[in-house]
This record gives sequence, C-alpha cells and structure tokens, in this order.
Amino acid sequence: MTSQVSSPAEQADGTDGNDTTVVGEQRRPGGTKDVRRLDRVIIRFAGDSGDGMQLTGDRFTSETASFGNDLSTLPNFPAEIRAPAGTLPGVSSFQLHFADHDILTPGDAPNVLVAMNPAALKANIGDVPRGAEIIVNTDEFTKRAMQKVGYAASPLEDGSLDGYQLHPVPLTTLTVEALKEFDLTRKEAERSKNMFALGLLSWMYHRPTEGTEKFLKSKFAKKPDIAAANLTAFRAGWNFGETTEDFAVSYEVAPAAKAFPVGTYRNISGNLALSYGLISASRQADLPLFLGSYPITPASDILHELSKHKNFGVRTFQAEDEIAGIGAALGAAFGGSLAVTTTSGPGVALKSETIGLAVSMELPLLIVDIQRGGPSTGLPTKTEQADLLQAMFGRNGEAPVPIVAPRTPADCFDAALEAARIALTYRTPVMLLSDGYLANGSEPWRIPELDELPDLAVQFAQGPNHTLDDGSEVFWPYKRDPQTLARPWAVPGTPGLEHRIGGIEKEDGTGNISYAPANHEFMVRVRQAKIDGIDVPDLEVDDPHEARTLVLGWGSTYGPITAAVRRLRTAGEAVAQAHLRHLNPFPRNLGAVLERYDKVVIPEMNLGQLATLVRAKYLVDARSYNQVNGMPFKAEQLAATLKEAIDD
Amino acid sequence: MTETSTTEGTGTIEALSLVPKAVGRQSMKDFKSDQEVRWCPGCGDYAILAAVQGFMPELGLAKENIVFVSGIGCSSRFPYYMNTYGMHSIHGRAPAIATGLAASRRDLSVWVVTGDGDALSIGGNHLIHALRRNVNLKILLFNNRIYGLTKGQYSPTSEIGKITKSTPMGSLDAPFNPVSLALGAEASFVARTIDSDRRHLTEVLRRAAAHPGTALVEIYQNCNIFNDGAFEALKDRESAEEAVIRLEHGQPIRFGADGARGVVRDPASGDLRVVTVTADNEADVLVHDAHATSPTTAFALSRLADPDTLHHTPIGVLRSVERPVYDTQLADQLDVAIEQHGKGDLAALLAGGDTWTVVG
Repeated sequence: MTSQVSSPAEQADGTDGNDTTVVGEQRRPGGTKDVRRLDRVIIRFAGDSGDGMQLTGDRFTSETASFGNDLSTLPNFPAEIRAPAGTLPGVSSFQLHFADHDILTPGDAPNVLVAMNPAALKANIGDVPRGAEIIVNTDEFTKRAMQKVGYAASPLEDGSLDGYQLHPVPLTTLTVEALKEFDLTRKEAERSKNMFALGLLSWMYHRPTEGTEKFLKSKFAKKPDIAAANLTAFRAGWNFGETTEDFAVSYEVAPAAKAFPVGTYRNISGNLALSYGLISASRQADLPLFLGSYPITPASDILHELSKHKNFGVRTFQAEDEIAGIGAALGAAFGGSLAVTTTSGPGVALKSETIGLAVSMELPLLIVDIQRGGPSTGLPTKTEQADLLQAMFGRNGEAPVPIVAPRTPADCFDAALEAARIALTYRTPVMLLSDGYLANGSEPWRIPELDELPDLAVQFAQGPNHTLDDGSEVFWPYKRDPQTLARPWAVPGTPGLEHRIGGIEKEDGTGNISYAPANHEFMVRVRQAKIDGIDVPDLEVDDPHEARTLVLGWGSTYGPITAAVRRLRTAGEAVAQAHLRHLNPFPRNLGAVLERYDKVVIPEMNLGQLATLVRAKYLVDARSYNQVNGMPFKAEQLAATLKEAIDD
Repeated sequence: MTETSTTEGTGTIEALSLVPKAVGRQSMKDFKSDQEVRWCPGCGDYAILAAVQGFMPELGLAKENIVFVSGIGCSSRFPYYMNTYGMHSIHGRAPAIATGLAASRRDLSVWVVTGDGDALSIGGNHLIHALRRNVNLKILLFNNRIYGLTKGQYSPTSEIGKITKSTPMGSLDAPFNPVSLALGAEASFVARTIDSDRRHLTEVLRRAAAHPGTALVEIYQNCNIFNDGAFEALKDRESAEEAVIRLEHGQPIRFGADGARGVVRDPASGDLRVVTVTADNEADVLVHDAHATSPTTAFALSRLADPDTLHHTPIGVLRSVERPVYDTQLADQLDVAIEQHGKGDLAALLAGGDTWTVVG
C-alpha cells in the first residue's frame, strides 16, 4: 500500500517549505500493523442527506480537537431536509483538515474520501486527487443506485478508480451483522452505519474515542438500546480496521502543540463563537441581552444557542417575521437592552427600513447577517459575501451603518464584541457580516480569560444636559458628545428625561420635529461624520519581502488568502497581505497602504463589491478576483491567480 | 357601565403592579408636552388626546415609566404630544417595537397608538401576532376609515364602493371589521368606543389599562377633511338610538328609545339578531358576558353592525378574559432557568466541555 502523500498541488496551506508527506514510520507496540506519521490530513465524509454525515464529521472533529490537532472544517449540505435518496443533489458532505501545525483552511482536496453511496462518489470524485484513499460502502453500489446517478458500469470494477487506493467495504452489511444481537429491524440497524464508518476512520487516524462514546450515551440517554447499538457499531468499525487486511496502515498526526500559544483550547464553530461573543458583550456592558429573530438559514443556530442561556438574563424573541424581529430588538434597545437581530441576506432586505429608523433614532443595535448565496432565496446553505453593498447602502436616504466582518470561525467571538463596542459607544446600528462558511465551519479557539474581555460599560443619561438662555436646565436627547458625536441614551424610567424620538427629521439638540432645510443638511452630515469618525484600528500589512503586489481581503476569505500567500512565499514570491475587519469606516491608513503597492488584488466571493468601494474611495486600480459558486476559495487556485498578478 | 372601576385611587391596578407609582398628585397638564399639536382643526384626534391626557393621572403611575409607541399616519403623531417617553416609529411596526420594549421592561406601561391603515394594512401581521401573544400592551386603534396623511385614499376599513382619489369608480375590496379581526386573532381584551363620547372613551381606557395582556381598543374617529361624518349615524342623537348598542357586562343587551330593542339568539342558527322587545320575548334578551371563555358570542355581536349604515354597532368592552401574559411568562422562564442552572457563569460557558491545554 502506498503512503498518503500530498503533492504541492493539493497542499492547502504550505506552512513550510516541504511538501506534506510521511514524516516517520513506527510499529505500534503490541500492534501488528504499520503506523505512519503524517503532518496533516484532509478527510471528506460524503453520503445521502439522511446518512448522518454532518454528525459523523462533527464527532470526528471533536475527537480531533480534543487530541490537540489544529483543524478547519467545511460542512456542505443541501437546503432540503431530506432530498430524494441516492441522488446527486441529495449528497451531503463534511470536510475536515487537521494537522500537527497551524492551518488556515479546510483544504482544497481530500486525501481520503468516504463515500456512502454511488451519488456521494460521483458528486465528490472530481475533487479527489489520484493517489488518495477512497472508502466506499459497496452495499449501496446496486445496479439501480448506480443507474440513478448515471453510472453505466460499476466504477468499483470498470477501472475508472485505478489511480486511487480503493477500499471497498460492505459498511451496511458489517453494521447489520454487528448489531444482530439487538432487537432492531434491519432498517434501524442500518442507520448506525455512519458510526461504523466513524469507528473505522477513528482507528485509521488514532483518534481518541472517549468523547464519542460519552456523546452517544448522552444523546440517546432516553433510548439506551439505540445508544448501545450505536456504540457497538462504532466499536465494530474500529475493530474492523484493526483486523481486516485491507487496511494495512494506520496514521498518526501529532498534536499541534507548537502551533498554538499557551492556553486552554476548545473547538468552536462561527455561529457558536458569535453567540458567546454576544453573551460576553452583554456581561461586559452590564446590559441584558435581547435577541429578536426570525428563523433563517444559516443564522438560526444563533437563535437556538442564545435561547439556551436564559440564566444569563438573555431574552430571545422568535418574531412573526424579519421586520418584527428587528422591531422588537429596536424596542428593547430603546428600553436599555443590548439588542440584537440575527438573519441572512433576504432578512436584511426586509429589515432595511427599521435599520434606517435606528440610524435616525441613533440607538445601539446589532444586525447580524450570516451571508448566503443570493439573490432572493439563492443558495440557503452555501456561502457568499455578496451582502457587503447591501449592508453599506441598502437603505433609503443617507443612512450610514458601521460594518464589522469576522475572518475565521473563532474570530466571530471577537467580532461580536467589537460590533457591540461600536454600537454602544456611538449609539448606532452596526452590521456584523459573517457568512455560511464561518457559521458552520469550526476551528480550535483559545478560550479567553474573562479579564481579557473589553470593557463595554455604558453610562445612561441621568439628568439635564443643557441650559437654556433663561437659565433653566433641560434634557436634550440630540445633544451630542463632542468626541464621539453620540447622543445620550436616556431610557424610559428615568425621571425628568421624558422625550419623544422617531423617524422624522429632528432638530439638532432638542430632537423635536424639524423640516428646516439647513437643519436637515446639518443632521445628514453629522450622522455621516459620526460614523466616519468611529475609532477603528489601523490596517496591519504582512509584507516581509517589500512586495510590489498587495492582496487585500475581508471576512471569511482570510484562510484561503493567507494559505495562498504562504504558498507563494514558499515558492520565493514576494506578496503583501492585508485583511479588513472594518468595512465601514475603513481603517484610516487604508489609502496610504494602497498607495504603497503597484498592484492591488482583491479576491471576494462576490462580483467585486469591496473592489468597487476601494476603487471609488481611493481611486486605486484594484483588480478584482471573484468566485460565486457557493464554496470558499481554494488556496491553490488563489495562489495561481496571485502569481499571474505578480508576473503581470 | 356598571362594573366597579378598579382604578379608583391611584397606582392600584394589579396588571401594572410592577410599574413605579407617581410621587404626588398628577394632573392632565403633567401629560401635555411642549409641542404644538398639528392635526387639522376639528380632527377627532384632539378629543382622543384630551381624553387620554385627562385619564392618565388616574392611573397614578410615574410618568417616566409610561411609553407611547406609534407607527405612521395622522394618529401616529400622538406620542409627540404626550409628556411621557415616546417613539414615533415606522409604518405598521409599532406593535412589534412595543413588544420588544414591553417584553424587556416589565416596569413600563406601554401604549401603542395606530390607525386603520397602519394597524390593518401595512401592519396587519404585527397586530394579530401581538394579540395572540398577549404582551402587556394597550393598543389604541384610531379608525377613521380613510387614509388621511396621504390625503384621502380608501383604507382597509372603508366601505365597499368608496369613491376616493385612488378609487374614482369605487373601491372593490371588502373592509375589515377590526373587532371581529381581533377576536379571531385570540385577543384577550377587545373594546370599541367613539372619539366624541369622552365619558365612554375614558371608561374603556380605564378597563383596557386594568387588563393584564394585550388590549385592543378601536376608537371611531372622525376625519373631517377626507371622510367627514363617517360615524355620524352613531353621533346624531336621533339616529344613534337605533345605531348604537351600549354593552355593559352582566346587563341585558337593550338599546333604542326606552330600551325598546334587544339582542336575542336565534334558536335555529345560533346567530344573534335584533328584535323589538315585548313582554313575550323580554326573557330571551341576551345578557352580555364580556368574560365568557369562548369568543363566539362576542364575535357574533361584532357582526351585528351593518358596515354601510353602521346600524346596530356595539360599543363598550366586547371581550375581557384573563390568559397568560407573554412578558410575565418570559420573565418567569428566566427565573426558572436561574433556579435550575444557577446564574450564568460566563467562564464556565466559554470553557464548555471538551478542552485541551497547551503549555509552554
């Protein structure tokens, strides 16, 4: 059996000069098989949407995280809950990249594909490089199932997979056989085949299994039979690997201890990190958290997560529609809560008018947009970055809104805190632009100490803030802080500060209705000046070799762009990298940074939205590189594009 | 109305027990803001504003704990004229905004002011969901059966065939009956009153304020510019006798000169109809039960009125029943969560279950 070797073309991250290859071999004491050490592996689990591939991937990820590897994941599933069985559109997959060093992406091409049926093989084989291992569930390769996806002859026998290391395994039969002692129908027993596959892969890669055993026991605590069946299937899969001759080698990927700063770590997905960021912001601001939300993919998990934490004083309100979701949040903001609404692009479209009201009333409010493919319903379960211009401009009138974008799943935690800081300091709605890839993907996260979290303390207005000509003391709801231009936040229940606010243009200072031309001109400009003046950190540029080409990104493209840059530098190229977290306002030094380079390349998962903003604002001839296929960029492809730009 | 008012004295309404009480006596003047009222001269909104400002001191609540939230339309300017906290929001969304405020601040008395276009057209969805949720909101729906602020298009309560700027050949769509709609939306409190009848209007406000949960008060309001006289049949002394049915809980439903007319149940259909009361049928006259568990009879009452002539229009409290209040239950869930899991420990939450440690 040949070893798992990744060629440079498959290499996702290029963390050092060497290709990823077998770095050592040892025989495990007491074992009878070869054990080889690898520095990294990319596994893709693929099956029907009812086969439990997401669960399998999640479990393998947890095992891998607790082992201490660095990792990055890419769940990829159809929008249908149960797409027609055995069809190409019904294929659900989960890709996991793990390593003994720091990595940035879920990887371009899998080293191992687990295909639970012909559809899963057909849908994924194009991404799998020759030489990789393919484990197929032969039980599902019936004539009918193969015909359904257009295989005239069995790909397991027609030689089309000759270049791969094929492991034909009758997963269903083996699972049913392992569970024959249980009082289960064949159909029920078959359902545990994903746990058999997980057991097999766990053996192959020496994953710790306690976590999965604990998980199964607790998940099926009320159905001990089912728990026992799944455990049995899981262990049977492990034992199968240990005994069968088809799998002669198992692999070790050492913990990535050196890649991580000292600390305690856990694995975390973007939506979970974002939820924790919101709860943390509520604590740091000492304000109760209020979420008004309407279910929408891929944002609903934040609603689910926050609903579990009522003992943190979190109120979650599932509204009748997107508009009511943000409306209720805005009402809670008026009442002094840290108010949030969570949604995706179509929901932002519906919330636009209320965001405008929040701009006009100058109340703190977080709008979390987990972007997905658009327009309209688009691709609900796939990723895209095409809401940037909607976030920036999608309202009537001059209605500037700050925009913050996290760059990795774990970074969603810090980005949520940063969005809350801006909202609370400047009394403004803030857009937090995550996306489907960050939301569902996961990576290790160093758990912060509570004293590392930013201070978000807020001072509500307590008394009069203005003296009239006649000497009387009054409260003016639109008298601004000279530094931040923020207006006072006077919450109901505060005596003497009764005031009325609304969407009609207000008089500077008093907040009374005013249609005066000069006042409107002033108010439009001062609202813009407040947002333009938000204090954001300067953009950092990573440029060790005084490059002439800068690659500029934002949001979730950070991983692939950084991986591509590493590859190029490994190959001796000079390229500079900078990544934007603040899209509005831009960092003060962005213009100066752009001027330093002959060429600026902006890769985005849209048709050039950041590039449009940058070109308009800085008159820079930025080159746009775009992909809108619902998937994150692949590092290899990006590296090739950047190379062209460098050589141009 | 004969029920004993529960609001005598100040600050004693149970439904508002969490709202801080006023210190010292309040007067109507305390509730007038310094803003010039800008409705058209003669608008029914003036009478409603005066009634509300006059009624507020009776509640005995700290006025900084009272909030008026409105949408868009003539009536929605209302908060600007109340010297309380207020928000003039966007078209149709006031119930949603007020829901978030009331659900997060149980120490507030939250009032929504809306109109027939605001509540029943663009905001219809929020209205019905606020009613079914039973959030602690008092919704005052000013119904003038026309779009006033946009200068006179027909509204969702306009009668069929209404000639307006947008319907020169007559409107085609059947109107909503707001009371029927609210009853269908599981409202726990539904009442109707008339702008010009200050005593009745005040009494209805009193009942609404005392109700725990969402109260919908439909107020017939005259737009003297675009739909003048829309409710004249209910206001003209002579026609009102046949047109207005004043509902009083526990009393037989009788109206007309000397109570000559009454409402009885048709034994064949179960529906309600109006009869001339005689010695023979007097015992059959329906006794109004606003607290009936089933909304069926209240709904039947709401259907008595002729949408064109307004004859047999019931006013007063059609339904007032107690059921769980959303914001109370939401707060209870928070308390239960703390009882069960302890007060949230952020460090423990962030650490989660599966962790590993990297040492230097």
